[in-house]
Amino acid sequence: MDAINKLSFKDKLRSYKKHPGSLILLILVILSAIITAGVVLVLVGYILIMGIPNLSLDLFAWEYNTDNVSMMPAIINTILMTFYSLLLAVPIGVGAAIYLVEYAKRGNKLVSVVRITAETLSGIPSIVYGLFGYLMFAVACGLGYSLLGGALTLAIMILPLIMRTTEEALKAVPDAYREGSFGLGAGHLRTIFKVVLPSAVPGILAGVILAIGRIVGETAALLYSAGTIAQVAVNPLDSGRTLAVHMYALLSEGLYTDQAYATAVVLLVMVIGINALSGVIARKLAAK
Amino acid sequence: MKNNIKEVSVKILFLIAACTSIAAVALICLFLFANGIPAIGKIGVFDFLLGTTWKPLNNEFGIFPMILGSIYVTAGAIVIGVPIGILCAIYMARFCPKKLYKILHPAVELLAGIPSIVYGFFGLVVIVPIVQDLFNLSSGKNMLTASILLGIMILPTIISVCESSIRAVPDSYYEGSLALGATHERSVFFTVVPAAKSGILAGIILGVGRAIGETMAVIMIAGNQPIIPKSLLSGVRTLTANIVLEMGYAADLHREALIATGVVLFVFILLINLLFSVLKRRAK
Repeated sequence: MDAINKLSFKDKLRSYKKHPGSLILLILVILSAIITAGVVLVLVGYILIMGIPNLSLDLFAWEYNTDNVSMMPAIINTILMTFYSLLLAVPIGVGAAIYLVEYAKRGNKLVSVVRITAETLSGIPSIVYGLFGYLMFAVACGLGYSLLGGALTLAIMILPLIMRTTEEALKAVPDAYREGSFGLGAGHLRTIFKVVLPSAVPGILAGVILAIGRIVGETAALLYSAGTIAQVAVNPLDSGRTLAVHMYALLSEGLYTDQAYATAVVLLVMVIGINALSGVIARKLAAK
Repeated sequence: MKNNIKEVSVKILFLIAACTSIAAVALICLFLFANGIPAIGKIGVFDFLLGTTWKPLNNEFGIFPMILGSIYVTAGAIVIGVPIGILCAIYMARFCPKKLYKILHPAVELLAGIPSIVYGFFGLVVIVPIVQDLFNLSSGKNMLTASILLGIMILPTIISVCESSIRAVPDSYYEGSLALGATHERSVFFTVVPAAKSGILAGIILGVGRAIGETMAVIMIAGNQPIIPKSLLSGVRTLTANIVLEMGYAADLHREALIATGVVLFVFILLINLLFSVLKRRAK
C-alpha cells in the first residue's frame, strides 16, 4: 500500500494545503488512535501505580480472615476453576471442531445449526450464563453454590471460543498432510490423531489461552453458580470465590479499597501475562 | 472389522461433541423461559414490561425503568465508542506504520482482555470522581459515567471487527481512487470504508450486544436507582444490574421476576445476534 503512494514530506504538506479536508480526516484518525492508546496506558498505569504499594504479604496468607483479607484462597480457586472448566470444555470443543472440519460433508444441515448455536452462545452475556448456571446446576441438579457448578457454567461459556479457534487451526492444516497419511494406508482416525491434530496444536493452544483469560476475569457468571465463600474449595462441590469474584466482594463491602487495588493489580498482571503468552504463540504460528 | 467399529464409534463421539452447543442453547432457553415466563404471566405482561415502579416489597414489578436504562446506557456507549472505534480501526488498517502497529495491536487486545470488574473499579476510582467534580454533583455515579466506561469497553470489539473488514477490501479500490487523483485520506474514507460498511455495521452491533450485556462494570458506576432517569446526570439501573443486585436475597415472586428480567435481556440479545449474523452473511 505504501509502495504505490510514496510522497516526500514536502509533497505531503503541499497536498494537505490543497486538500484541507484530507488533513482534518488525518488528524481525526490519529486523534482516535491516540485516545485508544491513551486509555490503555492510563488504565493499566493507574491501577499498577496505585495498586503495587498496596501489595503486602498479608494479602497472600494461606487462610482468609477479615483482618488480612487474603486473596490466596481466591487465587487457588481461580486456578482450580480454570482447570475444571478446561477439563470439561477442551475435549468437547476440540471434538466438535474435528467433527465440523474433518467429518461433516459440505452443505450439511447439522453443521449450519451447530455454527448458529455456537454463535448464539458466544453472544450471550455472562449474567445470563450466571442465571442459567444457578437455575440448572445449583437448583435443578441440586449442586448448590459449588465450584463444579461454576466450572460447568464457564465450560459452556468458553465452548464456542475453543470450537472456533480449533476449527481455524484444523482448517489451516494443508490437505496434503491428510492425503499423504491416507496414501500411506492410515485410516481416518489415525490421520486425525497422528497427523492433523499435532500440527494444529499451537492454534488450539492459543484458543485455550484466550479461554483462560475469560475464566480468570469472569464475575457475573460465577456469583450465583460458584458462590462467594472465601475459602479454598478442596472438594469441587464446595463453594469458592475466584479472584474476580473476590474483588467484587471486597468492593461491595466498601471497606477494602486498598486491598481491591492490590487485587486489581494481580488480576491485571495475570491478564497481561496470558495475553503475552497467546501473542508469543500466535507469532510462532505466523513464523511457520 | 474391529478397526471399523473404532472408527465409527469415535465419529459418533465427535458428533455428540458437535451437538453439545445445540444442547446448551436448548437448555439455556428451556431453563430461562420455564422459570421466567410464569412470573411474567403472574405479574401481567404489560405491568411487567411497561410498569414504571419496581418495589418488590409492595409486589410491584415494573421493569420499564431498567429496559430504558439499558437502552440509554447502550446508546451513550455507542455515541462515545463507535466514532473513536471506527476511526482507530481505519488508522490501524490504513495509516499505521508497521512498527507502531506492533504496539497498538497488542494494546487493543489487552483492552479486550481486561476483566469487567477491573473496568468497573477503574470507573469507580477515576471516572466517577471526575464527573462528580466537573458537574458539581453529590454523586458521580450516573448515566454519563456509565456511558463513558461502556464506550471504552466496547472499543476493542468495534476496532477488531472493523479493522479486519477494512483490511478485507481489495487493494484495487484504493489504487483506483488514487489513480483518479484523490488523496490517501479521501481514497480511504470514500472508497475503502464504504466498501467495508456491512462489516463495520456488524462490529457496531456486536458492540451493542457487549454494552447491553455488561454487568459488573455498570453496577459499580451507574448508581442503580430503579427509576426512569431524568437526565444524563441521574443514576440509572440496567437490566443486568437488576439481576445481580437482588438475586442474592430475593425469594418467591421477586426471584421469579428477576429471572424474567433475565429472559427479557436474553430476548434482546437473541435479536441483536440475529441482526449480527444476517449482516455478517451479507458482508461475505
